Amino acid sequence: MATNAYVSHATGYVDNEGPKVVTSRFLHPDSYTLERSEATGGYSALRAVLQMEPADAAAQVKEAILLGRGGAGFPAGIKWGFMPAVWPRYLVVNGDESEPGTYKDRLLMERDPHQLIEGCIITCYALGLNTCFLYVRGEMALAQERLAQALNDAYAAGYVGKDIMGTDVGIDIVLHWGAGAYIVGEETALIESLEGNRGMPRLKPPFFPAAKGLYMKPTIVNNVETLANLPWIFTNGVDAYRQLGSERSPGTRMLAISGHVNRPGVYEVEQGVVTFRDLFYGDNYCQGIAAGNELKMFIPGGGSAPWFFPEQLDLKLEAAEVGAAGSMLGSGALVVMDHTTDAVKACLRVVRFFARESCGKCTPCREGTTWEEQILQRIMDGNGRPSDIDLLLDIGSQISPGDYPAAAFEAEGLTAVPFPPKQTTICPLGPSSVAPIVSAIRRFRHEFEAKMPVAPAVSDQHEQRTDGETSMSEAEAEEVHA
Amino acid sequence: MTATDDAGTEAVTGVPFTLNGTVFEAREGELLIEACERHGVHIPRFCYHNRMRPVGMCRMCLVEVDTGRGATLQPSCMLPVTPEMAVETESEATKQAQDGVLEFLLINHPLDCPVCDKGGECPLQDNAYAFGPGESRFIEEKRHYEKPIPISDLVELDRERCILCDRCTRFASEVAGDPLIHFIDRGSQTEVNTFPDHPFASYFSGNTVQICPVGALTSSPYRFKARPWDLEAVESTATVDATGARVVVQSSQNKLVRILGLDSEAVNWGWLSDKDRFTYEATNSEDRIVEPQIREGDELRPSRWTDAVKAAARAMRTEPERVAIIGGSRLSLESQYAWAKLAKGVIGTDHVDAQLGDGVPAALALGLPRATIADVCRPGGVIVLMSADPKEELPSLYLRIRHAIVEDGASLIEITPRESSLSDLAAIRLRTAPGTVGRVLAAIADNDVEHAIGSVDPFQLRRARTMLTGNRSVSVVFGRANLAESARYTADAVGGIRRLVPNATYLPALRRGNVNGALEMGLTPSFLPGGVRNRDVLPDHWTSTPVFEGKDTDGILRAAAAGDIDTLVLLGADPIEDFPDAALVREAFDRVETIVAVDGFVTASSSRADILLPAALFGESDGTFCNIEGRLSPLTAKVTAPGLARPDWMIAAELSAAIGPDLGIDSLDQLRAEMGESVGSLAEVDWAGLASADDGPLLRPVRNWDLEFGEAASAPPTSSYGLGLVVDRKLWDLGTLVQRSPSLAGLAPSAELHLSPSDVQVMNLLDHDYVTVDQGDISFDLPFVVDQSVAPHTAWLPARLPGFDVRKLLAAGRPITEIQIRVPEGD
Repeated sequence: MATNAYVSHATGYVDNEGPKVVTSRFLHPDSYTLERSEATGGYSALRAVLQMEPADAAAQVKEAILLGRGGAGFPAGIKWGFMPAVWPRYLVVNGDESEPGTYKDRLLMERDPHQLIEGCIITCYALGLNTCFLYVRGEMALAQERLAQALNDAYAAGYVGKDIMGTDVGIDIVLHWGAGAYIVGEETALIESLEGNRGMPRLKPPFFPAAKGLYMKPTIVNNVETLANLPWIFTNGVDAYRQLGSERSPGTRMLAISGHVNRPGVYEVEQGVVTFRDLFYGDNYCQGIAAGNELKMFIPGGGSAPWFFPEQLDLKLEAAEVGAAGSMLGSGALVVMDHTTDAVKACLRVVRFFARESCGKCTPCREGTTWEEQILQRIMDGNGRPSDIDLLLDIGSQISPGDYPAAAFEAEGLTAVPFPPKQTTICPLGPSSVAPIVSAIRRFRHEFEAKMPVAPAVSDQHEQRTDGETSMSEAEAEEVHA
Repeated sequence: MTATDDAGTEAVTGVPFTLNGTVFEAREGELLIEACERHGVHIPRFCYHNRMRPVGMCRMCLVEVDTGRGATLQPSCMLPVTPEMAVETESEATKQAQDGVLEFLLINHPLDCPVCDKGGECPLQDNAYAFGPGESRFIEEKRHYEKPIPISDLVELDRERCILCDRCTRFASEVAGDPLIHFIDRGSQTEVNTFPDHPFASYFSGNTVQICPVGALTSSPYRFKARPWDLEAVESTATVDATGARVVVQSSQNKLVRILGLDSEAVNWGWLSDKDRFTYEATNSEDRIVEPQIREGDELRPSRWTDAVKAAARAMRTEPERVAIIGGSRLSLESQYAWAKLAKGVIGTDHVDAQLGDGVPAALALGLPRATIADVCRPGGVIVLMSADPKEELPSLYLRIRHAIVEDGASLIEITPRESSLSDLAAIRLRTAPGTVGRVLAAIADNDVEHAIGSVDPFQLRRARTMLTGNRSVSVVFGRANLAESARYTADAVGGIRRLVPNATYLPALRRGNVNGALEMGLTPSFLPGGVRNRDVLPDHWTSTPVFEGKDTDGILRAAAAGDIDTLVLLGADPIEDFPDAALVREAFDRVETIVAVDGFVTASSSRADILLPAALFGESDGTFCNIEGRLSPLTAKVTAPGLARPDWMIAAELSAAIGPDLGIDSLDQLRAEMGESVGSLAEVDWAGLASADDGPLLRPVRNWDLEFGEAASAPPTSSYGLGLVVDRKLWDLGTLVQRSPSLAGLAPSAELHLSPSDVQVMNLLDHDYVTVDQGDISFDLPFVVDQSVAPHTAWLPARLPGFDVRKLLAAGRPITEIQIRVPEGD
């Protein structure tokens, strides 16, 4: 049934004929129904898990090295072990997928909600808790509808609720729709939002969710894709799972590729095996850069990730390797940009996103991201000053002090600065806005310079004062007075 | 004054840490920012406030911290010190971070310091000078908002100046429990604002102005009134209610212009109610009495002090039983003593009462083991609330109790006739119908918990008994929860608790500022200063004591109405407006020969006086305040009293000289020395050290009598058609100070009858706005509202609100007040 093509009913999903851990049902048009799920082995893993001791189930997940798929790539089994022996405790599923470029969790929720529900119940059982909150991004209407229907069906079928599958295990899943804030994808902000507060991150420490999470109780926050892996692991076994992917990063990943490639889409790919080049140019994957253009740069892990360039194409998609090279795989969102892309404009687009989505809590992020956006916009408008380039870097260093992670640039003799960045903020949103700036300026400084007017439209402020003459452009003057 | 150091000693379990290369000790769990402060290193901050939970929001307090895994920038306000932590507050990385945060904070700040009230006392200014980059690289257009917008009647918000530190919003939700302001929007468009159509109508809104680290929040009373460098300040005590919140009194050009909260660990933790904060306006009121006046026919004419004193003395020099004094809670402790001695030692009358028929018997307030606020708010303790809503009547105490429940695991048993502002936090709620509270407590005490009492069912009685008899400390806040029922039910209820929990401690929730001082100083029948019984002792410096047992205000007014009182002295009291039985006051005033009023204001009562003596008020004379706990704190003069007004003790001294024998008081120091010798509970007070004491000493009560309780009485049952009336006070009402403070006068809501949803439904009132209220022969039409906080078969009507004087329905001495309501005729 493999097609190596877009799957029409699963918009954006490409069947690449590889191993299918989480997308095994995607080819069925009715993959989201309980009937299809049951007919294709749905909830059989749960049945098996319910026969095990919870601790054994947790141990298997640890053994499987199930890496978190939300961005940080932390092993789920180890995270689970951080929970102190305190009850009540909660599982929170992070379905607030909103990293620019990422749209894999949406597909998992829309196309196979039962797989996720099964994963949730397995996790709850393994962790000895009985309430799971499933937080779904506000904008994902279809995912919400399918999950709600699936959950109703699962309750009716006895997979969720009291006495699950005839045992005395009782676990409830509570659905919660977000209100549309990117930052709520950050786990502590998600918890705040779930509690009914404004979604603003909490400082870790002391508010590590595993110790002081939802309602100040121990809470495990896992990504949708992470939990969607569990039914397969318990059906096929840990060994089978670790056969997939690399030693350090077993299993598969959902990768969402967008931008200037011939076949953008979501692919399920074995972790740590495929290189960026395979992915962008391979026949099973994106089939090359669109319109025969040259690759200029790409973002390997969502808008927050520093950019990579053609030199990094032969890196494997493996967290440690990518991190050492100066970026991150993050949530598996790759954005490809060809040689027609304006680096300054691309930088502005990403920075603007972070400026708009800053929650407003930490001063450096709240003020710094908007300032960055204003400067970039001014440069794009032709009103830049040569000093703006270093100012941008300087603002960046006030949000993220020290050397910012970046890819090596051998032509200029610049070595890679490994991930992650330092931060003066609570969460990584602010520092994320620095990624496109440092990436773009380090590599394409000339493009910024080229946008500066020959005679600066706005001279440096201090020159302006000492000269005693205004050199504001008419456009600028109008804007100020508007 | 801070929370951390009670004993002034280092905690035993010190945590060693390195601060800029030197090893110091922090306390267990102490936040880094506090530990550094204590060891002399000030870390700049905006969002951190020691009385609120840290949020780590402004990032100003970032310092380089190494906990063994390399130095990183960490917010010192969120980080408890751990052993071997190394902190660099002066490192290059720290300085860069501080520089950066300040630059970011200032890029959109309007820098309108020259016209900003905060200029000169602004943490943003100070930190910018001390830690900032000095110049801005920002050339974009700054953020613009409408300047300033009123977010309540008292507070204005300038969003351009706001640095989003979360202090005001945290205060509103965490401390005050009024989450009416919040962040709106995101990123650099984030702003603080109210919810649509819901102003920041919190009784505590002024605190947000005080803790705002910039000029974003300003109070309308102080706005543009003075510059910080023109202000003179003294520490004093708020006299608005009996909590005695500690304050800083500030004046400019000999005029009070601002009151700030002082962080007193024992009392108010720096917070004030808006009444504490803004009623200073009244001292600048046009209504002040500035010269002595004597009545000539229908008119009061200005007179000289000597003439007025002579005339007053003449009126007081009649038989002692025919002179009565009402009031005295406004006075300082020293003035209260002087007046008590004038009344009881010079004139010889025992008809003296500082309470106006809305309190509890003085013996109850004086004779019970007194709790401190800290006792009441002890972590894990049980608090019994048997008083009117503390948020309305003792707001500073409300904040402490709320904190104890929300943060410190205290449990509240609420035994009140209607819901209070603490009901949502209460562990057990007993809704006692008027007249039943004594029986409810008796039933709990006697374990007679098989039958419901009124609306209190056996299950609730048992739960309350279980909690009261557990091994947690029990303290009781008691007072007259309902002016429309007799005080004896309160006394019965206290008797019940006393029987059940012998070591419980008590806070008397009495009305009016220094009422506890007044009772202690003997401005109440049957007692001499120090809470001793009249005829038991003759205090030092006294030559005589009254030879008869006096009457309380109710009794005095009845005697006056019966023609048994010749001279009635009003000591800062306005019974015409303030005594529950208005008709009785009118009869009494018509009947007495001479009314002498010592007051600061022209009031309904003082304008009826024959002799009017102008008194100095809050901020105009020195003295001492005795708060609800019996804690003494200073009252400090900051401005001169207007015209010829004098401190009350001086007036007492003048009168005694004219009546004879002379009190012999020439100075406050001399007065205090005498008080120390003649009042047992003040024997150990260090008067000179009072002003500099952190928390002020507590009275050491010496009682030579025992408190006795009778059998709990039963109120006559209400008829099945009747509703038990509940009357209490609101913070904003027609009270003397509120109405003479222009910013506050309009805040009093108009009078409405509050009915329970079930009664409104049963009586088919849903389609109506008004009801006819019948009480005996009296009928009124009144607007009503449906109110969940009102229990079925009761009706709540706060006193002293514009629109309707509830006292028309009250009569002194009536056990409970029952009203009937019906649909108005023709409606």
